[in-house]
Amino acid sequence: METFNLLMEGFAAAATPINLLYALVGVLLGTAVGVLPGIGPAMAVALLLPVTYGLGADAALIMFAGIYYGGMYGGSTTSILLNTPGESSTVITAIEGHKMAKAGRAAQALATAAIGSFVAGTIGTVLLVTIAPLVVKFAVSLGAPSYLAIMLLALVAVTAVLGQSKVRGFAALALGLGIGLIGADPVTGQRRLTFGQPLLVDGVDIVVVAVAIFAIGEAFWIAAHLRRRPVETIPVGRPWMGREDWKRSWKPWLRGTAFGFPFGALPAGGAEVPTFLSYVTEKRLSKHRHEFGHGAIEGVAGPEAANNASAAGTLTPMLALGLPTNATAAIMLIALTQYGIQPGPLLFESHPALVWAMIASLFIGNTLLLLINLPLAPVWAKLLQIPRPYLYAGILFFATLGAYAVNLQTFDLFLLLVLGLLGFLMRRYGLPILPLILGVILGPRVEEELRQALQISAGDPAGLVSEPIAVWVYAIIVTLLLAPLVVKAVRARRTPSSGSSPEDPQVEETREDRSNLGGR
Amino acid sequence: MTSLSLWWKNYSELGVAALLGVAGFLVLWDASTITAPYSMGDPVGPKAVPRIVGVMLLVCAAGLVVQVLRGRSAPAEEGEDIEPGTPTDWKTVLPLIALLVITSSIVDAAGWVIAGFVLFWGAAATLGSRHWVRDPIIALVLSTTSFYGFYLGLGIRLPAGLLEGVL
Repeated sequence: METFNLLMEGFAAAATPINLLYALVGVLLGTAVGVLPGIGPAMAVALLLPVTYGLGADAALIMFAGIYYGGMYGGSTTSILLNTPGESSTVITAIEGHKMAKAGRAAQALATAAIGSFVAGTIGTVLLVTIAPLVVKFAVSLGAPSYLAIMLLALVAVTAVLGQSKVRGFAALALGLGIGLIGADPVTGQRRLTFGQPLLVDGVDIVVVAVAIFAIGEAFWIAAHLRRRPVETIPVGRPWMGREDWKRSWKPWLRGTAFGFPFGALPAGGAEVPTFLSYVTEKRLSKHRHEFGHGAIEGVAGPEAANNASAAGTLTPMLALGLPTNATAAIMLIALTQYGIQPGPLLFESHPALVWAMIASLFIGNTLLLLINLPLAPVWAKLLQIPRPYLYAGILFFATLGAYAVNLQTFDLFLLLVLGLLGFLMRRYGLPILPLILGVILGPRVEEELRQALQISAGDPAGLVSEPIAVWVYAIIVTLLLAPLVVKAVRARRTPSSGSSPEDPQVEETREDRSNLGGR
Repeated sequence: MTSLSLWWKNYSELGVAALLGVAGFLVLWDASTITAPYSMGDPVGPKAVPRIVGVMLLVCAAGLVVQVLRGRSAPAEEGEDIEPGTPTDWKTVLPLIALLVITSSIVDAAGWVIAGFVLFWGAAATLGSRHWVRDPIIALVLSTTSFYGFYLGLGIRLPAGLLEGVL
């Protein structure tokens, strides 16, 4: 009941005309960047971080939440009409959706994606409202050792489980942790990795890191391999669905939601696994199994719902624990810290008005998205025709502007270029982006909890496992790290005569399974 | 093509491993220069985490070397506007890098409007746009509206530079 009252207060705050306007701006921007190639919600929010200097926290977060949800809607439009999924989570949508579009059923594919996203997003947000307060209640009782263990779990899960190559994942994580170390140590004031440069004493501004890695690195990477021939898009009318389409869609929507939310809510997060599971399930359950691979509507409805439900799920650990598990959530967390707000279990207590206004705005944004996406799909599709030089020159322009506006310092622009080149290198050599960003964000907090935990135990390492929850979480971490090795060993024993050396299955997998969100 | 450059083509990822290794040594060296007395209130101290990170970087560097030499290089990232399998187009990337360097070095003196104008027009031209009227107009509109937008909307005063008094 208390939750309900808080949510209603949130609606009251989010429904003021000015906040409604920010929600609308957010969903419009989100859809646009979702549709546009080469730019996605994570990069968009990173480029918009400068607004946090002038805008109120509630307005900024409402807008960012709109971008987050809007990016999902827009992303499905691109994958259906262009067959070039921008994010790993929409790869599955592209398989069936693009086939449907080619067969002249683009309108139905877009409709089932949009309505399914709405259904899943709404149910997912309801689940967020129900579950997040419970997680908070559990989390506030945790001491430093348990919280440290949970943060390590999130880092390991995102790095080792989602990525395709563990070495490269951990390399990215270590680089991020290293960047996070730069500056004065908060406890002793000792300067670390500043190399005598006074401008580094306050650390590298996280806005500069985010903009460099997501925007500059991506723009360089695309510029290096820009597609010069014009893209072919499938013309589309207004999305609509017939009776039969509804009948075939509603169950996949609900099942997709059931897959998506829990995966998003886990510290490992990710939308790839649930969208894939949803696709496989729908294929098995469908009465039209022969249509799969040629444009089955269930294959769009289920994975799209899973994708959106997982997006809602991701907000659970982000708001309740301060743990972001995808790129956009990570940058929204950066926005929170820009306001001096400490993310973590105490967020619901210290800033209830802000949190609930943002959650309420998710419901509003979702409804707005359905309203603007169904009738306006043909308009959005036109965005795909934007001249690429303008698009990527614009990204470089706004990235430079955003990084410069942080401190009005040329030094930050120099850092922007260096880190942008790092982002370029990472994309070239398949180092995932997400572990690096999480390392920069969570590294300092991990160190703080570590020092606090060992301060309590007066330096005795046993202090790290002084709470039962911590022990359990470490057990999960070890399992996550060792399970693939065990599976590999068992497989190698079963097929001893295969001749060739057992290739690492993680590396062999296609990019569909990658966690590398790459900023789009 | 010499055999060395051919070899490098296949094993250029070793450069990433070298970068990780250098970063690891830097972090460890930096940690060794920290002098902090042991304190009861902070038994971990400021050196422990840098040491862990440094070792982690070195281990990853070594692991990457092994992987690359065994022929398991990582696939590069794909994307919507990317032509897969093409070699890196340095003729586009290097001018873009140069543009960012130019923009950074003139922004304080020349002001944001001029620096931003140079950046956008230069980047659009580098990326293949050849509209000699439309491109500079877009660049000018973007750089002036962002200047006023930041001033009026966010209260951030970007440098006016040479145009001080005009804007």
